[in-house]
Amino acid sequence: MKRCLCFLLLVACFASAQEPAKPRVIEISAKRFEFAPNVVTVRRGEPVTIRLNATDHAHGLLVKPLGIDLDADRGSPDEVTITPKAPGTFPAICDHYCGMGHGNMKMTFVVE
Amino acid sequence: MSRSFDRRSFLRLSAASIGTGALLQFFPFTAHGQTMSKLLGKRTGEAPSPFSVVQLSDTHVGFNGPPDPLGTAAFERAVETINGLSSQPDLILFTGDLTHDSEDSAEHAKRFAKFKEIAGRLRVQKRFFVPGEHDAALDGGTLFREHLGETHRSFDHKGVHFVALDNVSTGRPAVGKAQLAWLKSDLARYSRETPIVVFTHRPLFDLKPEWEWFTSDGDAVMNVLAPYEAVTVLYGHIHREQHTTLGNAQHHAARSLIFAFPDPATAAEKKPLPFDASQPFRNLGIRRITDSGARLAIDDIELTKREISGANGVAQLLRQGELS
Repeated sequence: MKRCLCFLLLVACFASAQEPAKPRVIEISAKRFEFAPNVVTVRRGEPVTIRLNATDHAHGLLVKPLGIDLDADRGSPDEVTITPKAPGTFPAICDHYCGMGHGNMKMTFVVE
Repeated sequence: MSRSFDRRSFLRLSAASIGTGALLQFFPFTAHGQTMSKLLGKRTGEAPSPFSVVQLSDTHVGFNGPPDPLGTAAFERAVETINGLSSQPDLILFTGDLTHDSEDSAEHAKRFAKFKEIAGRLRVQKRFFVPGEHDAALDGGTLFREHLGETHRSFDHKGVHFVALDNVSTGRPAVGKAQLAWLKSDLARYSRETPIVVFTHRPLFDLKPEWEWFTSDGDAVMNVLAPYEAVTVLYGHIHREQHTTLGNAQHHAARSLIFAFPDPATAAEKKPLPFDASQPFRNLGIRRITDSGARLAIDDIELTKREISGANGVAQLLRQGELS
């Protein structure tokens, strides 16, 4: 019984050691016609979860080169986990039409 | 300017931009086309025969800000131009952003009514419409349907199958699963040789995603269309002329009737081209492509409104080029 308990403990420790670190979560708030923050900096090779929260209307967040294509509505956030591969500065847009200022709803992702 | 079109298809596309839009003429190829016409006539019940289409786009009725202070003047001028064509087109296709949106639904409804009043001056009675995001994205297409009917549909004309696709009314640049399923079933009864003309608002390929010039499920749409040998996609949204060939499909964007956007290949920003009071209709004009045997001849006509002898007048400036 004692042996069995030790074995289970070892297995648990091993599993815990192997569990990957949870990605850093970056919260982005979207309202007509701005994102906050409007610049996000991430590191190359670092997994990050991008979570989009819409506060007034449905909004999108699109950065094709980084694999970000989110669509959030009030009370229904959307998220994606990415691992940026290459450094650079990437423009992001709202791609869910949200009114007259929609075309100016932009932000920037910087990968260092 | 030199551009060639794919001649392998039986369908020859003859495109003439009307500043504002495009005059498209369809002819079956001479010898090969006649054979194909007979075959298609057996398969679809209606053999292709020559006809022309005018495409109008992005009239933005209700828009009254910079850079263009002309309001509906270019749209109305385009209607006059089309009505003045010696040979009237069979069909008029409107590819979205017919109105400019308003938070006030009653005001938006007035803009739809104004659009219909101007479009109603066209002599051509067969008019078909798809919405742009300014028409349908804020209310899911409710006002559009009330005034202009369903946001997607299909019909046949002289042996060509026309498909109107809505890639705006969910708010996202997308056609969506339901419409994709409809498209598959709609096309299922047509042979691969049937010429297909799709008209929609946004480009169905990644023209410039960071300027929102794309459709997120455009690849899925084009995969459904891939088996068909002669596919023509007419779209608007980008407020400039653009011609792109991808696989069996030719994609043609029409100019707008309100203001022009710059060339995405060279411009750093998506900012409207400045208004030129001396040439208020600059970037609006007619492109007519006609067959001259082995070559396609192209005439570009730029419509320019300017002062003539102290009075307002309209002059057509003619530029000529040739396609090889």
